[in-house]
Amino acid sequence: MNFDVPRIPLGDWIEAGLDFFTDHFSGLTRGFSSFTRGGISLLNDGLMWVNPWLIILAVCLLCWRAGGVKLAVFALLGLGLILNLGLWDPMIQTLTLVLIATLLAIVIALPTGILAALSERFYRIIMPVLDFMQTMPAFVYLIPAIPFFGIGAVAGIFATVIFSMPPAIRFTALGIRQVPGELMEAADAYGSTRSQKLFKLQLPLSLPTIMAGINQTIMLALSMVVIAAMIGADGLGTEVWRAIQRLQPGAGFEAGIAVVILAMLLDRLTQALRR
Amino acid sequence: MSDEKAIKIRVKGLTKVFGDNPEKAIKLRDEGYGRTEILKQSGQTLGLSNIDFDVYEGELLVIMGLSGSGKSTLIRCLNRLIEPTEGDIVIDGENIPTLDEKALRECRRRHFSMVFQHFALFPHRSVRRNAEYGLEVRGVDSQERHKKADDALKQVGLEGWEDAMPSQLSGGMQQRVGLARALANDASVLLMDEAFSALDPLIKREMQQELIELQERTRKTTIFITHDLDEAINIADRIVLLKDGEVVQIGTPEQILTAPADDYVARFVEGVDMTRILTAEAAMKPVRATARDDDGPRTALYKMRENSLESIYVVDSERRLLGIVTAEQLGKAEGVESIRDLVDSDCPKVGPDEPLQALFGMFEQRNYPIAVIDEQARLKGVVVRGAVIEQLARAGDKS
Repeated sequence: MNFDVPRIPLGDWIEAGLDFFTDHFSGLTRGFSSFTRGGISLLNDGLMWVNPWLIILAVCLLCWRAGGVKLAVFALLGLGLILNLGLWDPMIQTLTLVLIATLLAIVIALPTGILAALSERFYRIIMPVLDFMQTMPAFVYLIPAIPFFGIGAVAGIFATVIFSMPPAIRFTALGIRQVPGELMEAADAYGSTRSQKLFKLQLPLSLPTIMAGINQTIMLALSMVVIAAMIGADGLGTEVWRAIQRLQPGAGFEAGIAVVILAMLLDRLTQALRR
Repeated sequence: MSDEKAIKIRVKGLTKVFGDNPEKAIKLRDEGYGRTEILKQSGQTLGLSNIDFDVYEGELLVIMGLSGSGKSTLIRCLNRLIEPTEGDIVIDGENIPTLDEKALRECRRRHFSMVFQHFALFPHRSVRRNAEYGLEVRGVDSQERHKKADDALKQVGLEGWEDAMPSQLSGGMQQRVGLARALANDASVLLMDEAFSALDPLIKREMQQELIELQERTRKTTIFITHDLDEAINIADRIVLLKDGEVVQIGTPEQILTAPADDYVARFVEGVDMTRILTAEAAMKPVRATARDDDGPRTALYKMRENSLESIYVVDSERRLLGIVTAEQLGKAEGVESIRDLVDSDCPKVGPDEPLQALFGMFEQRNYPIAVIDEQARLKGVVVRGAVIEQLARAGDKS
């Protein structure tokens, strides 16, 4: 037998929803867009205005203080190579996007994670949403980002924030939930309020776990920012994209290696800061 | 004696059911079913059933029972870390189960300090910051709470460790921090949940002794949970014995040991080392004669001869023990005005609660009876060697 089930117009529904969003909230998204764009260009111009060697020196110093001599030497060699290859400006653009996207992700993820840890119901609602956000192919986020924010860095940041936020939420919730019950009992026994428990006990004790989540968020943000070059978020991704179109494997790898260096540096640095 | 004492906490009809249908469990209980039957019929666990007891102001009350007897549940019901299902817990006129969230928090801050089995120290805070936690959440300013925390740490012998982190301390020291955290808070009742159970036996004895001394000094109402009868006997003013969520017997250690309420208590008591509970007071004899410090040597010698003694205890006008003189010493000291300068103040003396076992060793050093003195150092009686052996032998027959 042949059931004639009509095709479910899931895609149409989603589009209708997105259209509705674009039509009614465009004021909001445009406002956010111009605000974020301002922030991006400010940070970008600031970092590009400073002499690269000064930045390298500052980063080396930070690495040395946080992670020791080895990390500082790696920072010097890695950033020196990027400068030498003429990829300094795209690297700064990428870094700017990562920093702003991570910052936004943390601002949203921390309270969300705390809420998920404290409320069982919210936890059950948010977890499938996070699964969705993490497993949906990253490229898909790029499509609605354009009608919301127009082509460019802001759309890239929007997609990046959505893609990179889940680990920070998960780790925050996990860290807080892992605080031993005995310690919570002690805090209760001495008459602590909810917020006293949160700020004196749960957050300080879960800080290492939260930092691990932020580290993950930064890594994901970096990978997404490169992909976001497809919708006009300039940076190292643009270089890779151009190399693909012109079939220049050498230039592609150069930009790719710059991404790897940046990733390793950010990873080691945030891990060192964790301790 | 205890009848005249002021009641600090009155627990009445306290019941705790674990499960989603407590009414059913209580109904079954009232129909006379036991714990196992209730669990089978309703799926509810009867944790505590109709607990009644009073806690007197300033006493050290031990709640004792084996694991599963409900003692941890009971102590947590007192400050509502666990919500009681039914019953009253009245402290200074306030009925704890009826308090709303805010009032409960106030009540916990004012009335209850708690010491935990596994210490439950905050690992990210220094020893001092742990000790001052209770004051901090109450909003006491930092200077005052530092001072109080440091005082409390001094009391438990942790002076100089204020800035260390808990992980740097041994188990015994960590529990001292736990105790300091409770003391600094200056709440009116100290709750100790198996506080010494995680410590090794030597440290445990030491901590018990310190707790007794501390408690005698501060007279803070203390409720101590333990599964260890030796510990209970050692520290308690009174013991509440718990079995399967019900009170089996309440009484002084002496009452529980000598008149166990039922087989359960009797079996519990069997394992106790009898020499540890038999005290100096039990073997004590009245003093036949004492010398006064302003007596002359002749008077003293006369008293000794009359009572056929080789040595005599010397007391002052209020019968406070000063020391001992021997006939030999006095014989050599002709022409001395008073015996005051001849007194050997380093004589063996013990309190009435001293276990007989401890007295054994003392006879080996000296050959005269051991003086028993009260808290004001007044001479109450003496223990002679024969009496100790006699008491121990009698205890041996009984068990």
